[in-house]
This record gives sequence, structure tokens and C-alpha cells, in this order.
Amino acid sequence: MKDVMDMEAARIDDPALPGRKDSIFTKGKQKQQLKCDTDSIAGCVSQRACVYCGARVVLNPVTDAIHLVHGPIGCASYTWDIRGSLSSGSDLYRNSFSTDLKENDIIFGGEKKLARAIDELVQKYRSKLVFVYSTCIVGVIGDDLEAVCKAAANKHGIEVIPVQSSGFAGNKAAGYRAACDALLRVIDPGGGGIIKKGNSVNYLGDFNIAGEAWIIRNYLKRIGIDVNVVFTGDSTSVDLKSAPGAALNIIQCAGSMIYLAQKMEQIYQIPYLNISFLGLEDTAGSLRKIASYFNADAVISRAEDLIAGATAAVKPQIEWYREKFSGKKAAVYVGGGFKAISLVKQFREIGIDVVLIGTQTGREEEYKAINDLVDDGTVVLDDANPSELEKFMLEKGAHLLVGGVKERPLAYKLGMAFIDHNHNRKHPLSGFEGALNFAGEVYSTLCSPVWKYI
Amino acid sequence: MSDNTASCRNVNENPCHMCMPMGGILPFKGVEGAMVIIHGSQGCSTYMRRHIAEHFNEPVDVASSSLNEKGTIYGGDKNLKQGLDNLIKLYKPELIGILTTCLAETIGEDIDRIAGEYLQERGIGDYPLVTVPTPGYGGTHAEGYWLALKSIVARLGRRTGKWAGINVLVPNISPADIREIKRILRLMEVRFTLCPDFSDTLDSPFKRPYKKMPEGGTKPADIAAMPGAMATIQLGMAVEDGSSPGKYLEKEFGVPLFNLPVPMGIENTDLFMATLRQLTGKSMPECLERERGRLLDCMIDSHKYNFQGRSVIFGDPEQVYAVAGLCMENGIFPVVAATGGKGSKLPGLLKVRLAQSPVKCEILTAADFAGIKEKSKKMKANIAIGHSDGKYLTERDDIPLVRLGFPIHDRVGGQRLLSVGYAGTTMLLDRITNTLLENKQSKYRAAMYDRFYQNSEQYSHH
Repeated sequence: MKDVMDMEAARIDDPALPGRKDSIFTKGKQKQQLKCDTDSIAGCVSQRACVYCGARVVLNPVTDAIHLVHGPIGCASYTWDIRGSLSSGSDLYRNSFSTDLKENDIIFGGEKKLARAIDELVQKYRSKLVFVYSTCIVGVIGDDLEAVCKAAANKHGIEVIPVQSSGFAGNKAAGYRAACDALLRVIDPGGGGIIKKGNSVNYLGDFNIAGEAWIIRNYLKRIGIDVNVVFTGDSTSVDLKSAPGAALNIIQCAGSMIYLAQKMEQIYQIPYLNISFLGLEDTAGSLRKIASYFNADAVISRAEDLIAGATAAVKPQIEWYREKFSGKKAAVYVGGGFKAISLVKQFREIGIDVVLIGTQTGREEEYKAINDLVDDGTVVLDDANPSELEKFMLEKGAHLLVGGVKERPLAYKLGMAFIDHNHNRKHPLSGFEGALNFAGEVYSTLCSPVWKYI
Repeated sequence: MSDNTASCRNVNENPCHMCMPMGGILPFKGVEGAMVIIHGSQGCSTYMRRHIAEHFNEPVDVASSSLNEKGTIYGGDKNLKQGLDNLIKLYKPELIGILTTCLAETIGEDIDRIAGEYLQERGIGDYPLVTVPTPGYGGTHAEGYWLALKSIVARLGRRTGKWAGINVLVPNISPADIREIKRILRLMEVRFTLCPDFSDTLDSPFKRPYKKMPEGGTKPADIAAMPGAMATIQLGMAVEDGSSPGKYLEKEFGVPLFNLPVPMGIENTDLFMATLRQLTGKSMPECLERERGRLLDCMIDSHKYNFQGRSVIFGDPEQVYAVAGLCMENGIFPVVAATGGKGSKLPGLLKVRLAQSPVKCEILTAADFAGIKEKSKKMKANIAIGHSDGKYLTERDDIPLVRLGFPIHDRVGGQRLLSVGYAGTTMLLDRITNTLLENKQSKYRAAMYDRFYQNSEQYSHH
């Protein structure tokens, strides 16, 4: 592939707007903490979305719930079935329902319309659970979501949970919390006794994109651990209620779920472990971590067998790919921190150096971990914008970018390969199979014949 | 014909339209050196960018004023002004569009005042800031598109000397369609200003070095001269007068307006060509005559396959109207025609166009896909023509979809689909016919077996 360095012929103006300087640094050069977890700067074209976005991505995979967006049409339009979350049962979640508020509703209030909307949907779909998402103007026009939901719940004898996700009241991370609050309300068994199960875990922060949660469930089953409920991939309203019965919570996507885990520890005394099933190293490490928590010889030895067998099955092919990637460098810009951390290790497994790494919503402890992992000279940035991505990817000579839908066209215009590590991917990237798919995807893009022609 | 306004429903199930600011972005992308900032929460601009980027497979940068809780209480002046500063620093645009959102409008943000103050405070008095009020609840993306286009023309248009050419105002057709219309205009030796021209900006060739402000777009100076044109051709039959840039140019500057349907189909393309002939006195060159002849040939070759089609057509009003015409002239009689907005002019236009149809057509406005699905099933539609969200009909009821319009997010090449003019109509028609054929051929063996082999007793003679 042609050396990307000659792209520097384009003079790129210094993209570091005054307010952005603290959110970008090069490892080894700065002493202070990276500024993160704050509001975006106006006008800089952040890649972040809003509170509603955070809430919707966490809750939408609940398969048999009615997901009703209370607001004007846009929010629901842009989130209709845009994710690859799979279901083994209901596909009600693949619909996008909206109260489609119009000017009249803004003036006179939307509560009546919301109540009638819930009536209509419950009648048609007979679901036991409704999530009602608030959007920007609902907060402003003063609709009392709690009251409407409570009345509807009483009327229909089902659960109707408001999700306080007004787009402007915070950032995407606030959306995660709003979603977790909603989940806690569903989980609450309401006074009944909790039957604790033995070797069982709740698996938090996996949305079953391309069946990834199923893959992990299978691994754990093989080593003797039962997955009680997944938050929220392929989950149902009934499943969620059985969550308090697990002995342990394991968290993959910490960004979205740490808050839920902390609350569940507080309320149900369920401890939690951070794990990651991205990459061979982290998948093996996580299985070991879980096995050693349960401290049963049978589980531990089955885990070792699984790891040995599964690794042997994919290692040769991954080694073959690794040879093809020698000298290549990667840039990573993803949503959350846990993914970024795993990707650095995963790239190392296939012989690729990460020279730029950033997230939309990473937290302080995640950036610390990233900083420890990466080499000196790596650029780390929080809440980046396209100008910054362009500048630093070219400066650092990246050959490949990992990102989402908005980053893909930029990578391609810069003549760089791209890995789709986003919500609507159609092949799993978790576990041992996922590690092989990942290497395969890198190969398919980095080593494509098309780059010869640019 | 049956008219059905679904707006009495309380819930929208699977939307057939998007919101106003989304459409408002596109015309600015068709103006050279322009950028857009959306005054509201970040979610708005990010989601819209995502949709546009996925359709065009181009990087799409749209700024947000990142309106937050403080801003909603104390006013968003600071956010918007800071946003403008940063946008100018990062992109150095020649023109900036300021769109609003539900949030900004509901809290009463006066973007005209803020824009005026900004220009004064920064001492850049005549820098073009084009403000467009586009709350999400104010209309569909199609309505936002036209309002933004009108706002651009109104802001830039100046009383200038007359020039011997025409204005051509286009709806959200593909970059390939825009290039084709320009090709036809050049073949007819017509001088023109076409707006918005995003045929290059949203479909740029791979070229190094990458420029984050893509090349192309209608030049602001040319837009400024629009009031001096001989006439305006606007492809906006269903546009409300209040949002019609063509109407504006006619009322304010006396530029005669020719409001035409999008030139899809032989009738619409003939009308477009006849209008050009009328305006310029020039006749159609030989190569276009041959393209017309080839289209006729295609129509005849495919007429029997097409006659099997019962179409459900959905999307933006201009597209629905044009496609309905194409379907009528080929015997793919529409049985459902739907648009997500109130589309007030559309039913009237369709009733006239479909008057000769032997088949009843349900016309739906304020439609959602639950309603479209229900009617399509009832009317036994066997082919759908519209944007990607119509895959809902394929998944649920096995109605094959010919993807056309915006957004096309589950296939590539939406920006390269050519469907206008004689040549484009031929390509679109082939796609439709082939979809009917593929559907028939894949089901044909099983259907005949079930019907005649299994039930052979039914057909025995005495």
C-alpha cells in the first residue's frame, strides 16, 4: 500500500481549537490527565450524539418491549433498526414507535397523545413492558412522563417505564445512566424473595450484535457457568426480572453499564467484575478471571481446556494473517473506553501498532489504562472531530482506522483501510471466533487490491 | 381513488419520513464553500450526519451548537456564537447555514437576531449567514429541504442585470441525476444556474489530497444573479408556495416560473424538453432523440412483464409523483402511493395523473410503514419503489423493493443511481422490470407445482 505520508502535501490547519488542547495528548509528552467526560465544544463537529442516543442504544435490544419515543419524528426515524442486535424470540424491538409530536402538541402539551399512543400500541402488541423515551422538548414543554406512565401501567396492568433521556440534559453518558435507571425499575422484583442461583452470572454490556452474547453464553456454559440474563442483548422483560438471582455481574461495556453494576451491588449485593471478550488475550483472561472467582476446580480446569482448544483452533490462521500485517499501523476511534483498551491488545496480537487512539465517551480510569498500554508517541484524544482525526491519522502514518459509520468515509477518502466496529456490523467480533473474524476483516481491507490504484 | 389521512392516529409506527433540519442540510451541501451549523443538541446533527454519510458514502461534516441545559435556561446565544467562531476557524467556509431544531425553536431562540449580532460583533457585516427555521416538528425533511433552498435564494438573490439563461431548482434527487440534467441542458445549449448542485460535493471522486471542504457546488455569485434569469424551471410540483424558491423569484423579481415534475418517465421528460425548447427555441439534438427512441424500445420490450406489476410507491412527494407517472405509462399501475408528510398537493396531483388507471390506488399522506404495509397487503402490491426503509415490506410481506431516493442505507451506490431523462428512465425501468422478473422467476416453479401438480384433479375434463 502506498505510503500515506505523502498526503501531508495538503496543509492542514492546526485543528486544536483553544478549548480542545486538553483533550488531546501524545504519550510521553504530557504529565497531566487527559480532559474527558465533559460537554462537547460548539461548532467543532463532535462525533458524539446525545442523551437519547445513549439511552436508546442500551435499551433497544430488549426484544419484547414496546420502545416508544415521545417527541417529534426525527429521533425515532434515525434510530429505526439501525443495529445488528439479534433476537432468539420477539422482534418487537425492531420497530420504531413515536408519538410524532407536531406544533399543536408542543403548544398544548403531548401528555394526552402519549397516553393514547400507549393505549394503541399495548392493544396491538400485547407487550408486558413499555419504555417511553423522553426527547429534548418533552423536558421543555413540561410533559409529566412519570404520571402518564404510571397511569398507563395501572390501566393496562403492565410495566410502563419512563426513560429520562432529554437530548440536551448532559451527554451520551447521561443517557446510559437514564437507561440503567429504567432497567433497575424493571429488575425490581417488588418485595418477592430472591432465589440465588449457584454458578450464575449476569452478563452486562453486550447487545448481542451478530450473536456475540450467544457466543459468550456458550463458552460460559461449557465451563459450567450459567448466564442468568444478558443486559441487554436478546433479553426479555421476564429475563430482566430474574437478574437479582445471579451470583456475579460481569461487565463487558463498562461505559454503559458500570452504573447499573454499582447499583446492583448496592441493592442486591451482587459483586461485579470488569471483563472483555475482545481479542484472544482478553477473552482467555476473562474466562480465567470468571473461573477463578467461582473458585471451583472443575470450572477452572474446563476453562483452561476451552481456552487451549479454542486458541489452537484459531491461532494458526491468525499467525498467517499476522505475517501479512508487518509494519502496519492502526488508528482507533470508537465510542467507549473498554473497546479501545481491548483493541490495543487485539492489534498487538496481530502485529499492528496503534498510533492514535480515542473515544467519544471514555472515562478517566479508562484513559489511564489506555495510557499504560500504548507506546510513547501515540496520540490519545477524547471526543475528537473529523479535522483532528484527519490531521493526526496522517501525521502518525496510520494505514487503518477502526471506527463507526461517520468515520468510514473519512478513512476511505484518505486512502486508509477501515474496520467497522460499530453497532450494525453483521459478523461477531467477540470471543475466539470473533478474534479470527477481526483478523480476517483487517486482512480484507488492508490487503485489498484496490489500494494499488490510488 | 381513495384518500386517507392517517394523521388522526396517535402513534407513528415505523416512520416514512425524517425531520425538517435533516432536509435543510442538503441544499447547503450544494452551495460552493458552504457549511451548516444546527442550533440544538448534538444528537440532531450527529444522527443526520450519520444518515447522510451512509447514503452518500462521503464524509459529511455538520456542526452543532451543542445546546445544553444551561443554554435552554439562559438562552443559546453563547453556544451558537461560539459554534460559529469554531466552524469558521476549522473550515473557513464562504457561507454558513444556520438551521434550528425542536429544542431551539421551543425555547424561543431568535437565530436572526443572534446572527445579526454575531456579524456586528465580529465586524464581518456582509458575511453570508443564511438562517432557516427548521424545528423537527415543523415538517418533513422534504419540507425542510425546500425551505432551506428558498432561504438561500432569498438571502443571496440580488436585483442584477438580465442574463440569457435559466435557473434550474432541483429537489433531493441523486448526484447522478443532477449531472444528467446538466448534461441535457448543455446538449440543449442552455445557459443555466442549477441549485443546489451537490453532484460533486456529495459524490466526490477519489483524489489526493483530501479536502474536507469538497470541491463543487453552485457558486454563491451565480445564486445572487438568479433574479436576472429569463425563467426558472423548478422541479417542485408539490411544494407549498411559502417554501417555493421559484415562486419567490417570480413574486419578488418577476422571473417567470415553470414548475415541472422531475423528468422521470417519458411524459415528464418530454415535458422538460418541450419547456427547454419553448424557452430557448433550440430543438433536441440527435443523440437525445436516439436516447428517447431507445427508451421507447425498452418500454415496448418490457411491457408485458411490467403489466404484471402492482406498485406501492412511497417517499418524498416529488419522487412519488414522478414515479407514479412512470408506472402509469408502463402499466405497472400504482395501488398504493404514500408520503410521510402532510403532502397537501400530492393527492390532487396524483388523482389527475392516475385518472386513466384501470386499477384503484390508495393515496396516503402522513403515512407510516404500518399503514403502508396494511394497504399494500390489501391492495395486493407486488413491487415497492422507494427508499431503503421499505425493506420492511420485503421482510414482512415479501414485496420486493426497488431502492430509489433517500436514504438508501442497506445497499451501496444510492448517490450513483441515474433515473432522470430518457437514459435515466431507461435504467430505472430496467431495474423495475428485472425486479419483477427476479421475483417471478424465483417463485415460478414452486407456484406452478403447487397449483397444477398438486391440484391436478381440478382441471380434468369430462
